[in-house]
Amino acid sequence: MKVLLSWLREFAPIDGDPQELADHLSDLGMAVEEMRLLDPLDGVVVAKVVDLRRHPEADRIQLVDVEIDDEQLQVCCGAFNMAIGDLIPFATIGTVMPNGMEISQRTMRGEISNGMCCSASELGLGSDRDGIMILPNDLHLGAPLMDQLGLEGDVLWDLEINPNRPDAMSVAGVARDLAARLGLPFAIPKWATAQTDDSGNELATIQIQDGSLCPRFCARVIRGVTVGDSPLWMQMRLTLLGMRPINSVVDVSNYVMLELGTPNHTYDLSLVPRGHIGVRRAQEGETIVTLDNQERELAPGDGLIVDHADQPIGIAGVMGGASTEISSSTDAVLLELASWEPESIARTSQRLGIRSEASARFERGTDWDINSLAVERFCYLLNEVSPGGVEVVGQVIDAEGILPDRISVPVRTSRISTLLGRAFGADEIRSLLEPIGFVVEQTDDVNVQSVTVPSFRPDTETETDVAEEIARHYGYGKLGSTVPRSPEAGHLTPQQKLRRVVRQVMVGAGVAEAMPNPFIAPDEIAKASLQIDDPIRLLNPLAVEESVLRPSLLPGLLTAMSYNYSHRNRGVGLFETGVVFEISADDAPLPAEHEHLAVLLGGRDAFAAISLMETLASALHLQFELSNSDDLPGIHPTRGARISVGRLEVGVVGEVDPGVLERYEIDERCGWLDIRLDLITDAAVAAGDVSYQQVSSYPSSDVDLAFLVNDGVQASTIEDTLRKAAGEELQGLALFDVFRGDQLEGSSRSLAFSLRLQAADRTLTDEEVGVVRQRCIDAVESLHPATLR
Amino acid sequence: MSVHRQIAEARAAAVSSIEQADDLESLMALESTLFGKKSQLGSLKRLMAEVNAKERAGVGQALNEAQEIVREAHAVAKERFLSVTRRVQLEAERLDLSESLESTARGHLHLVTQTMERLEDVFVGMGFTVSEGPQAETDWYNFEALNLPAAHPARSMFDTLYLDLGDRTEIGDGEGGEATNILLRTHTSPVQIRVMETSPPPIYTVCPGRVFRRDTADASHMPVFHQIEGLVVDHDISLADLSGTLNEFTAAYFGGSIRSRLRPSYFPFTEPSAEFDITCVICEGDGCQTCQRTGWIELGGCGMVHPNVLGNCGIDSEEWTGFAFGFGIDRLALMRYGIKDLRDMYTNDIRFLRQF
Repeated sequence: MKVLLSWLREFAPIDGDPQELADHLSDLGMAVEEMRLLDPLDGVVVAKVVDLRRHPEADRIQLVDVEIDDEQLQVCCGAFNMAIGDLIPFATIGTVMPNGMEISQRTMRGEISNGMCCSASELGLGSDRDGIMILPNDLHLGAPLMDQLGLEGDVLWDLEINPNRPDAMSVAGVARDLAARLGLPFAIPKWATAQTDDSGNELATIQIQDGSLCPRFCARVIRGVTVGDSPLWMQMRLTLLGMRPINSVVDVSNYVMLELGTPNHTYDLSLVPRGHIGVRRAQEGETIVTLDNQERELAPGDGLIVDHADQPIGIAGVMGGASTEISSSTDAVLLELASWEPESIARTSQRLGIRSEASARFERGTDWDINSLAVERFCYLLNEVSPGGVEVVGQVIDAEGILPDRISVPVRTSRISTLLGRAFGADEIRSLLEPIGFVVEQTDDVNVQSVTVPSFRPDTETETDVAEEIARHYGYGKLGSTVPRSPEAGHLTPQQKLRRVVRQVMVGAGVAEAMPNPFIAPDEIAKASLQIDDPIRLLNPLAVEESVLRPSLLPGLLTAMSYNYSHRNRGVGLFETGVVFEISADDAPLPAEHEHLAVLLGGRDAFAAISLMETLASALHLQFELSNSDDLPGIHPTRGARISVGRLEVGVVGEVDPGVLERYEIDERCGWLDIRLDLITDAAVAAGDVSYQQVSSYPSSDVDLAFLVNDGVQASTIEDTLRKAAGEELQGLALFDVFRGDQLEGSSRSLAFSLRLQAADRTLTDEEVGVVRQRCIDAVESLHPATLR
Repeated sequence: MSVHRQIAEARAAAVSSIEQADDLESLMALESTLFGKKSQLGSLKRLMAEVNAKERAGVGQALNEAQEIVREAHAVAKERFLSVTRRVQLEAERLDLSESLESTARGHLHLVTQTMERLEDVFVGMGFTVSEGPQAETDWYNFEALNLPAAHPARSMFDTLYLDLGDRTEIGDGEGGEATNILLRTHTSPVQIRVMETSPPPIYTVCPGRVFRRDTADASHMPVFHQIEGLVVDHDISLADLSGTLNEFTAAYFGGSIRSRLRPSYFPFTEPSAEFDITCVICEGDGCQTCQRTGWIELGGCGMVHPNVLGNCGIDSEEWTGFAFGFGIDRLALMRYGIKDLRDMYTNDIRFLRQF
């Protein structure tokens, strides 16, 4: 909402430093998004066109003689819209225009130009750049333009108005709030227009069939209307507030809406059969052709204006119908000033995609109480701006639907003080609320005030709402500042701490955290070879490429990796901790969300991923077990394994399927680790603190054993067997060599393990070590197709 | 020749032979001739029996001294040769350390994660816990419990992404048996509702996390971004408490010269509601382009938890009052590093990621 200082001043004697006023507006909850001190336009004066001539050397410019006072000057001008006798804004030599350009005497194709005829756009007074601004004839020749327009020293503020402030969607409403803050009197003038004819009340009838849709409908018949241009001062104000001047009737309509916050509509009375207007909700299948000549389908519940035959002639509060539109031949106008159910307007305008200044106001709720005054204001202004005046017929026709109750809220001073953190007394509350239209009465209970809410504040319904008004006018910044303390110390949960540990392990391993889009394209499921039939789709995606909720972190990280490869950044390691979604296995409506850690290691093989997995296991004090697996979606069919903790499967590790990498245009192998972060942090928390083992002070012995093992047997299986067979003296076990060669028979390889044995209470004898060694050999050879080398 | 004279000569000969050794090897070869039983001093020891008892002590001492001198000379010579050898060996190992071919680079936390963790740390220091919840939510948790019923016009403030869950879209726990839609949360406020439903006051918690809006990506908007919200519910919590808490947070997170202020605003879930501004971090309040010359930048929204919201969570709003606040994390990260385009944070370009 834009407001102009001079316009505010028609309601309250507001004055002072524009920046200070802006600060007050912001502090009242009407944030100033932009403040513009209107350019004084020193040097721009009112001039009269006295002659127009062809430029002898150019077609696109003409020569204009203008008169200022007694002086006559020739200028070259590129516009052709003015006529001899017109008054125009004229920038004299030395004028600095709003864009910083200084006007000097110039010669254009041999002709001297002594200034510049100005368009509204060049003066910062509107968007019209097509022609020179034509001024009203009653301005003083040679006088400063801004003074003549009444805009000298004026200030324009662009305010952000919150949805709960319908009152502030009007110049008068902003003036009321600001005047209250400044302690200034505020009043809405009692406009009235002399009635020329008292006999015409029967010319129109209003019938509200649905009182919840329309609490109040005021109307009036105005005759003798001529549609012309509105006066410049009105055009100026409309333009500065962001509306385009159209013609006198439309301009007056918009002016009243901006001034009082009451959108309104005019019908050509002669096109409204019998002058009958009905108000009801639409039924299924009804249609109407609106002002923009579009046929609109109506939905049940839409507010409708209907004629005597119950046929739609307008969509209430959203757009009028084409059949009753004002035209140049209109003589009698039926003015509508109605209030509407905000939710209905919001639904209808949203569904039809018709959002306007009017619907924005109706959606917030307009002041039904001011409708009849707004009718008076409309008539007054239309009479003013019409050259011959207009004929205002009869009284205001006032039809009532279901008027909202006047709300009286019991307000406890003690509660206000608790909520705001400062003690407020009854008198103070009254002095803050009454200037903005609330009525405050003491009840029998000394602690309770009865606060009656004005009709223009439908948002205020409860004690808490009133508390906000008190705080707002007192000033949020003056309430003080205290810090409450939690009775318990702040902390992260164990799982949250471990999530940070996991991330730090990744950072320590040289991997960078990525944040890929959680939305993927439907075809990415197949592209990444994920075997998922029914991923979760968005009902209303922005684009089909972002229409599926990721069921895995793989596509996102591959896309990120592919991006880096395409920018010649190879060998990048990326990780992500994030949620993946799947349809919940039980009947729960919400999808199942699981937090994963996934790592993609560009140019690295499966063992790099395993090594990272081991580091992670060690950081979390968990034991990860592997089982090679050929059928992991998206994973290299011969280089992948499932990871488990105990019997709980927690993830997969290996390399990405080369076919998938090819589709993502990554030309190197990529190590892959994907693990359920939620499961492993839970497991780590459940495992509790590590159990301390005192370090033995006795010497240790090492035993190296190499076995020929069939390829079908996992190295980790042999390791498990060794671990069990070695018993409690085993301090360390590591696979230190793997050898495959022609001299080894069949599909076997040599796996060499190193075992470190140590007892807590003695030095192991050679015999004891020998016994353990033999036990290990026997166990491996008997349980697996393996032989000692 | 007196015994003493013999000892002196043997000592001199031994020292001289040590001095004549050219390298460690020849020095080591001397060891048996110097210290063995057949060495000169060794054979003199055997003469001790022939020395009369009166002189024996003096001779013994002289012998010991001579032997000590020889050992010392030998040790010094050995150390000299060893240090030369070591020097030669070390010289042979000389490296130009700048020739390093391989390096294990440290990895990087994403800027958003770093910012989120810093925020969590500040709030933990102020006595808050950190709460989390699902990203896909029901209408109830995202809107209705927050005082935004279906027809509420303010719902248009949140352009919401809904999920297609087939039959499940219409079933579920919409309180009061109403049908419920499943959506991607538009703010982390549903986590506040879940906390209030499950834990009795006092509550001091922050809810960081990922949120979703139906916004086309541009320099300052992403359909997926991150927020942190705070919630306090306790006895006699006031608007002044909100103001004080935000002041304390602002000073702790941004530094002492950055202040905060509240301006009246509107949110359906709070009343009174406020916008929460901080001193412009670029110009520190002097006015610049970033703050549009106001000296302040808008950080987020806040207010006193609406009694309806407390009531929806089963909390008696007469006994307990509370405040809530929330702001975007991504924008904080942008501001801190002067990043112009939000989209840059999400291309996952290693050249971007590795800077932080």
